[in-house]
Amino acid sequence: MLRSGQQRSAQQRAGLPGWAFAPAALGAAFVVLPLVAVVVKVDWAAFPALVTSDASLAALRLSLVTASCSTAVCLLLGVPLALVLARCSFPGLRLLRSLVLVPLVLPPVVGGIALLYTFGRQGLLGSSLEVLGLRIAFSTAAVVIAQAFVAMPFLVLSLEGALRGRGTRYEQVAATLGASPSIVLRRVTLPLVLPGLASGTVLAFARSLGEFGATLTFAGSLQGVTRTLPLEVYLQRESDARGAVALSLVLVVVAVVVIVVTRGRRTEGV
Amino acid sequence: MSARAAQSSVAAHDRGLLVAAEVQVRGVSAQVHVAPGEVVALLGANGAGKSTLLGVAAGMLRPDRGRVELDGEVLLAVGSSGGSGAVPGGPMNRPVDLPPHRRGVALLAQEPLLFPHLSVLDNVAFGPRAAGASRRAARDAAARWLERVDLTHLADRRPGQLSGGQAQRVAVARALAAQPRALLLDEPMAALDVTAAPEVRQLLRRVLSEAQDGAGPGQPPQPPVLLVTHDPLDALALADRAVVLDAGHVVEEGPVREVLSQPRSAFAARLAELNLLAGTAAADGLRAESGPTVAGVLDPGCSAGDAAVAVFPPAAVAIHREHPATGVSSPRNTIPVLVSAVEPRGALVRVRGSVEADPASISPGNSGPGDSGPVDSGPVGHPAAAPVLAADITAASAADLDLVPGSRVWFAVKAAEVAVHAARR
Repeated sequence: MLRSGQQRSAQQRAGLPGWAFAPAALGAAFVVLPLVAVVVKVDWAAFPALVTSDASLAALRLSLVTASCSTAVCLLLGVPLALVLARCSFPGLRLLRSLVLVPLVLPPVVGGIALLYTFGRQGLLGSSLEVLGLRIAFSTAAVVIAQAFVAMPFLVLSLEGALRGRGTRYEQVAATLGASPSIVLRRVTLPLVLPGLASGTVLAFARSLGEFGATLTFAGSLQGVTRTLPLEVYLQRESDARGAVALSLVLVVVAVVVIVVTRGRRTEGV
Repeated sequence: MSARAAQSSVAAHDRGLLVAAEVQVRGVSAQVHVAPGEVVALLGANGAGKSTLLGVAAGMLRPDRGRVELDGEVLLAVGSSGGSGAVPGGPMNRPVDLPPHRRGVALLAQEPLLFPHLSVLDNVAFGPRAAGASRRAARDAAARWLERVDLTHLADRRPGQLSGGQAQRVAVARALAAQPRALLLDEPMAALDVTAAPEVRQLLRRVLSEAQDGAGPGQPPQPPVLLVTHDPLDALALADRAVVLDAGHVVEEGPVREVLSQPRSAFAARLAELNLLAGTAAADGLRAESGPTVAGVLDPGCSAGDAAVAVFPPAAVAIHREHPATGVSSPRNTIPVLVSAVEPRGALVRVRGSVEADPASISPGNSGPGDSGPVDSGPVGHPAAAPVLAADITAASAADLDLVPGSRVWFAVKAAEVAVHAARR
């Protein structure tokens, strides 16, 4: 208590003009108020029944499974990608880095269209996959692909930043001590960027969980197969608004937890 | 040039460490050879190319042309042979460039760079683990190395909990525990504060001389050591031979004391800026090889009987025409000198001269006989030339003293200004 008091008294003067506080408060309210509105609107008596209905549980289960799978895909492909982007130099690297981040700013619906023309029946790879008996579009696999497509940039961005921030000096020392590149990666590089990797993973999972546009376009909305939680929320809004609100609250809670976890790590000093 | 230096330049480079590199963008074209068990100090200003040579040796940097050999094994050979300059290129047919982890060349840098996520013990065990030892065997080896650097009590700490000096000592243990075939030291004392630097320097002196004696069970005997530094004291304390780099080229090479006390290149002279008298440490100073006994302050880690060097800056020297009266309160050294050069240097005048061998006339009157005890013989083949000393005095006093080459004068320096450092051999 004494310590926190000391810290407060030692705080620096902000030095902001007085008029800045009004729009700042308005901005904060603009973000917080809608979250409050959802909480207020929840029908608490019916809440357990609403979130445990067959449709809701199916959507919840599907969302958890697909988001976990897509996070795994992101780790499998995104970690090596971030390593290459952070540690290598070759012509076209800057272009590649920009392209990898495109899904971050692309409207998800456009992403879904792009995936459809890649993995769909008449798509770039789809026709070849068809020959092998694999039909991806409008399947659970399509949900995972759509989620991984939009979520991977979060992981790559976060991990690449951590890798660049750490520099290569520890890795060089490890190499002069006789450690092969694989050992250096396992025993030095990854442990040193673990906080960045963890927050990137959590962000990718959260983005996968919230995916809507690309999923709807590329995978459709079949209950138990491709209808994830956000799709279920959108559907229930038209029939039973109370169910939509209840499921929304679930997603709000997940979002808050994700932010607390990642921000908490970041302020501890990555 | 001494026999040692002559020998190493004549010897075939099939043993020890050879580093030759040409890096055009950095203007570096230099070659250094370190014999097994030898410690070579690479001296030079920032940007002289010292770190470039280390980077090439360690495998961090690929030169335009270059060759690195360790005990006859080619670690690097790039660029065409038969070019100009000091750098032999690789064979025309097949370039070689072993990655750092296959070279057996350990690097101790300015900063300890201990892995922050590993304990002290696991940091030291890193090399043995990487070489394929089991976790347990690696930790046993690490514990033995920690014992050798007297840090066993810190084994469970995290690097963040160590002082700068402790961390660098752990880094020394970590580098040696990897059992390198060659050791590179990149200004290992430069980032340490004044109390920690001597501590680490002393530790390096000890472990390097142990390595030279082939001590340490299971230790490959006598790894060559290349020490980069800009501090002449580091070179004196740790190295056998000094190589001076200026603007990417080797400008001088020889036994450390010779290079520092009688620099042949203008650059080495600027670098050294110190008067050096070599000899044997006594309780209150140094018995110089060349005769005079000099009163001075012993560096911690230097005790009577050690091979040592008395060091004092030219600015601390006063010049007298007549033998000055011996001060009672502050012991002073008065040394007879035959002036050889008088050079203006800005507002000051630098006076150089050789010490005249006349031990009887040296003050202060030492109680013991001046010539007792075995006097450390200088490097073999080096004629016992009188040491050269320098003094910086004002132009006015130089005029008053009427100094010209050939003048016989007394150099006076307070004992408190004379630091006696342990030196290698």
